[in-house]
Amino acid sequence: MSNHRPKSGKKIGSMEIVSRGLDRRYGAERRFRFMGVAALVTSIVFLSLLFINIIGTGYSAFQQTFVKLDVNFDPHMVSAEDPASANYPGLIKKAMRSLFPEVKKRRDKRKLYSLVSTGASFQLQKIVESDPTVIGTRQSVWVPADDEVDMLMKGHVDRNVPETERRLKDVQIQWIDRLIEQGRLKKSFNTIFFTSGDSRNPELAGILGAVVGSFYTLLVTLALSFPAGVATAVYLEEFAPKNRWTDIIEVNINNLAAVPSIVFGLLGLAVFINFFGFPRSSPLVGGLVLSLMTLPTIIIASRASLQSVPPSIRDAALALGASRVQMVVHHVLPLALPGMLTGTIIGMARALGETAPLLMIGMVAFIVDIPSNIIDPASVLPVQIYLWSDSPERGFLERMSAAIMVLLVFLMVMNLVAVILRKRFERRW
Amino acid sequence: MFRMKTPLLISIVFAGFSLHAAACMARDHIDIVGSSTVYPFATVVAEQFGKATRYKTPKVEATGTGGGFKLFCGGIGVKYPDISNASRRIKKSEYLMCRSHGVDEIVEVKIGYDGIVLANSRKTGPLALSRRDIFLALAKSVPASDDSEKLVPNPYRTWKDVNPALPSFRIEVLGPPPTSGTRDAFLELAMEGGGRTFKWIDALKKKDKQKFKSICHTIREDGAYIEAGENDNLIVQKLEANPHAVGIFGFSFLDQNADKIQGAVIDGVEPTFDAIAEGEYPVSRPLYFYVKKVHVGVIPGIDAYLSEFTREKAWGEDGYLSDRGLIPMPEDERRKFRDDALKLRILDLDQLGH
Repeated sequence: MSNHRPKSGKKIGSMEIVSRGLDRRYGAERRFRFMGVAALVTSIVFLSLLFINIIGTGYSAFQQTFVKLDVNFDPHMVSAEDPASANYPGLIKKAMRSLFPEVKKRRDKRKLYSLVSTGASFQLQKIVESDPTVIGTRQSVWVPADDEVDMLMKGHVDRNVPETERRLKDVQIQWIDRLIEQGRLKKSFNTIFFTSGDSRNPELAGILGAVVGSFYTLLVTLALSFPAGVATAVYLEEFAPKNRWTDIIEVNINNLAAVPSIVFGLLGLAVFINFFGFPRSSPLVGGLVLSLMTLPTIIIASRASLQSVPPSIRDAALALGASRVQMVVHHVLPLALPGMLTGTIIGMARALGETAPLLMIGMVAFIVDIPSNIIDPASVLPVQIYLWSDSPERGFLERMSAAIMVLLVFLMVMNLVAVILRKRFERRW
Repeated sequence: MFRMKTPLLISIVFAGFSLHAAACMARDHIDIVGSSTVYPFATVVAEQFGKATRYKTPKVEATGTGGGFKLFCGGIGVKYPDISNASRRIKKSEYLMCRSHGVDEIVEVKIGYDGIVLANSRKTGPLALSRRDIFLALAKSVPASDDSEKLVPNPYRTWKDVNPALPSFRIEVLGPPPTSGTRDAFLELAMEGGGRTFKWIDALKKKDKQKFKSICHTIREDGAYIEAGENDNLIVQKLEANPHAVGIFGFSFLDQNADKIQGAVIDGVEPTFDAIAEGEYPVSRPLYFYVKKVHVGVIPGIDAYLSEFTREKAWGEDGYLSDRGLIPMPEDERRKFRDDALKLRILDLDQLGH
């Protein structure tokens, strides 16, 4: 078109044609940019709403209410020879009664005792076991308060609703107010949350069991899927002949990456538990299932990073007399490794957040003891979040949000490591 | 040669190691599966047991009642669970399935009662329903309004259509999915109870049991009943957001969230702890767990767990389970079941009704 100049007198210069359309073209660009920015802003708004919601409900879980009790380690009730058999709940009850001597009726006493967590007596047991010299003395001990008290202190319970609709009764709230006046109630950092396993009492529940379970599971996943994934990628990329069979394998690897994760759970149940007889709920089986799931991701990422190594490197190595294994191991692999690691870390991050396949193999369970090896029963972080979200006690809501925060921190760290690795070792040709 | 052999060698070594590991895996913790309604109670006992005794804390999985029996009845040995929780009694078919896999000595322990409540947000007034109202509101087909003993597809849109005394909200009920024991119990107690208020349907129960069941157990599918999954906390949140909706769940959730939701009065009885314990509240059901006798003494601690669960401090009137919303049995029943549990008395097939 442009080389057909109009012959009439009223010539329209090409500049004019351009400038006529200019408004429209600028307009199109502005609209396009605006849509881009709008999409970005929308996603940021949603993301920040999510974060605000989670952090808003979860931050208070990092604090926990404690009660100061003056416990008299009565030698008649606790013996140094056998500290395990002592009546620790009795000690707690005695200490509570001494704070409120006017409480006489049995029902009221029960209400009084329920202000302190059931975990308090186990804490006293630990104190005695670690230091038997406390027997016969009077000690001030900060013990965790019951989750209802904790909720009240954090303002999650409305004092103004009628008494019948609250779990804490008026008389209990009066006692709590008196404890506050005496300085016997305080909120401090919730170490329990980071140092203990799951519990049915919100004030005693922690995520350590789930974190350790996640660690073992990912360890198994990494140990299996990284070597297998890299070896598969290297073989397919560098050694395998290009024929129908390798094409079929390639298509199937891509298919495998798109299979819903629950299917791998069913497979794990059928093969690893029912056929091999591995223990249910163990990180071993969890890791095996998750490595099936991450394997295709790692293979695909590794192949992509092998493909990005220029052929000239291979040719140079071969021309200098290197064997193909030497060429791959000495030259291609080191150059492709950062990309492979990035792919692996992203695959691992996905595995860390996975619950569906673990449901089938029994990792969605109430497990208190912290696993000490890969065949102990264990749950993982996302499962812990799911279990807490399903618990009736109000205190689990904030713990659930706090656990989500911990999971997000782990995911961010993993993704950050992936980015740093890429930035530091990536080479462009 | 090198290239071919190394991976093969590695995999052989690995397989050998893992099979070896599998062979010498004895289990030293109790393995519990089953109902998600019993789960909150079983976990509390398990935790208490793990802290107070030298045994490991039992592992508790919420698989649903039916799923639990499937695993439990799979066979004998460390691979299979020792205890299965149930929000209904074991069925004859399940008992026979157990037996066909070599599990023929089962101990039944009834642990208490649970009320199923219909609750709505406190932002609106409490509902007063009869079981007949519930049946008419939720059944897929209901008796025609002209007493002709014919079934018509459920025509009712609002509660007022069902019963003029009820508010004019659209019928919107959030309830458990078919895999849930709560659903089974709800169908049996509320829906059957409602259906039987019609004489001819009640007569069907004896004549044509299949038809009776299909009338009472088929929930409408036109959107008035919403399957809300097993997560009862989610239902509570949805009720708060939608004051006109009604939720179905276990009493313990009402107990924990009494500041947000209120239970509907059913047949004139409010769902309170005492009313359920005394058997006045019509929609309540017993909860159970089942123990494999041959595992007792093999897996350490099962007998101690039974003793912990059946202690007065646990399942008694002032026990820690009642704090969690379990409705205790009367004292003589508690004594009987504790005795049965400690002596490991075996459940007979003839003891199961249908």
